[in-house]
Amino acid sequence: MSLLAAAQVNAGDTAWMLAATALVLLMTPALGLFYAGLVRAKNTLNTFMMCIAALAVATIMWALVGYSIAFDAGNGIIGGLKYAGMHDVAFAPKAGTSIPHLVFFAFQATFCIVTTALVSGAVVERMRFGPFLVFAALWSVLVYAVLAHWAFGGGWLQAHGTLDFAGGVPVEMGSGFSALAAALVVGARKDYGRQAFLPHNAVYVLLGAGLLWFGWFGFNGGSGFSTGNASVLAFTNTLLTPACTLMVWFVLDLARDRQVTAIGAATAIIVGCVAITPAAGYISPIWAMALGAVAALPSYAVIVWRPRTRVDETLDVLAAHGTAGLVGILFIGFAAQFAWNDTANGAFYGNAAQLGHQALAAVAAPAYAFAMTYGLLRLIGLFTPLRATAREEALGMDVVAHGEEAYATGEGAILVAPDGDAEAQRVLAGRI
Amino acid sequence: MKLVIGIVRPEKANDVLESLYRSEVRGFSLTRVQGHGGELDRVETYRGTTVKMGLSEKVRFEIAVSDEFVQPTIDALCAGAQTGEVGDGKIFVVPLDRVVRIRTGETDDGAVTPVRSS
Repeated sequence: MSLLAAAQVNAGDTAWMLAATALVLLMTPALGLFYAGLVRAKNTLNTFMMCIAALAVATIMWALVGYSIAFDAGNGIIGGLKYAGMHDVAFAPKAGTSIPHLVFFAFQATFCIVTTALVSGAVVERMRFGPFLVFAALWSVLVYAVLAHWAFGGGWLQAHGTLDFAGGVPVEMGSGFSALAAALVVGARKDYGRQAFLPHNAVYVLLGAGLLWFGWFGFNGGSGFSTGNASVLAFTNTLLTPACTLMVWFVLDLARDRQVTAIGAATAIIVGCVAITPAAGYISPIWAMALGAVAALPSYAVIVWRPRTRVDETLDVLAAHGTAGLVGILFIGFAAQFAWNDTANGAFYGNAAQLGHQALAAVAAPAYAFAMTYGLLRLIGLFTPLRATAREEALGMDVVAHGEEAYATGEGAILVAPDGDAEAQRVLAGRI
Repeated sequence: MKLVIGIVRPEKANDVLESLYRSEVRGFSLTRVQGHGGELDRVETYRGTTVKMGLSEKVRFEIAVSDEFVQPTIDALCAGAQTGEVGDGKIFVVPLDRVVRIRTGETDDGAVTPVRSS
């Protein structure tokens, strides 16, 4: 990111960033698959559709205002509106990079999309689809874009010296602590804590986790905006950290139940990817491996503890993203190494102040995400009920919200003529 | 001896299991079935095709009981399965000619009385 490179667009950097953008975009349907496998069969499509909805809603909001709020200079808290409606976002290189501004915009958009989709994990199987769309639209601007400004867009955390390579602040802590707030406002599923709700397809969960890991190479590897050293380091660390988390998770599973679980493995992949996200371009490969091992412990503890509470944070976004993101952010404060990142040392290399900068982010980001999401959902809840009725929840959100089933057999299905069948018309008219 | 057949909503199956357990009815079998009981049809749309789903998922309990257990079993099924909406299901009670426990060769009341597992 030297001043020299900023002068013009570099073909190699741009080619990689185009590919990285596509890789990150894939993470949203991959997350949909991961989430869909974790819910009951009757809510498969609704859960998947919340992620798909983020592709529409978050992209549009990002183009209209989100990008500007995140990346226009503005003040320390919030960006300005210079880039609103993609004004002035074109072929010239984005300042500080050697890639066209449009590519930078698209790459950052995919982050906003997947983060918005992540929050849905807290409210699946009961939140109504319409209010979720409204929530997603507002959240992607009021929470994601603001946190992205703090960490990447020249906001106060970045100015203060907090290091966040690929989104520990806006993506991971932002989604994790928002998920906690969302679960508290929307409330637990019917019969939560009384009946066991089991994942209906562990194969989806594993495949989703695998595709997420694949996409994460673009997520972290692209966050250097070039093919330079930082990107290369981040790319390789994205391989190393989750591998170590996975191994430690196996050991924890063995110690707890004498069996290694598949859904545990899928979770470990996510936890590892999340933990390395903020630190990817700042720590050496061997520290990245250590981070993978360290990050497994608090997330595992939260996953074991959370279901014993009354908080139905359904798909454990807080444990996998909030907690692991927080660990990653703090870990930079210890293990950052100037020799590897050309930016700053951490406490282990004589710069204890860095740990303070990181701790500041680890307090501010969760507090903002939690408070803002809590308020936002309460506000939406004043205008329309956030959750489905008990009867609808029992029937399943797929049929209620989408009029489709993931595993329709077609037995007993009677074709309805386009104009005929008064009864069918009545059912359709009764929908919102 | 009667065979009590209860057809209930799948989402109420757990509640039925719980209330059967409370009434000390221990032996039963359970199958997933599809049926139609006059409830409002669901309308689904797949691309351009709109269909009326005439069959709903149900769970069918089959419970063979001695005569004094018939009423408690019916009560337990009702308590667990009722929501008050159309589609809660039905209970059928049919006479049983003969029951044999395969393991011991016990017949009739002896065979439908649950064994206390030690």
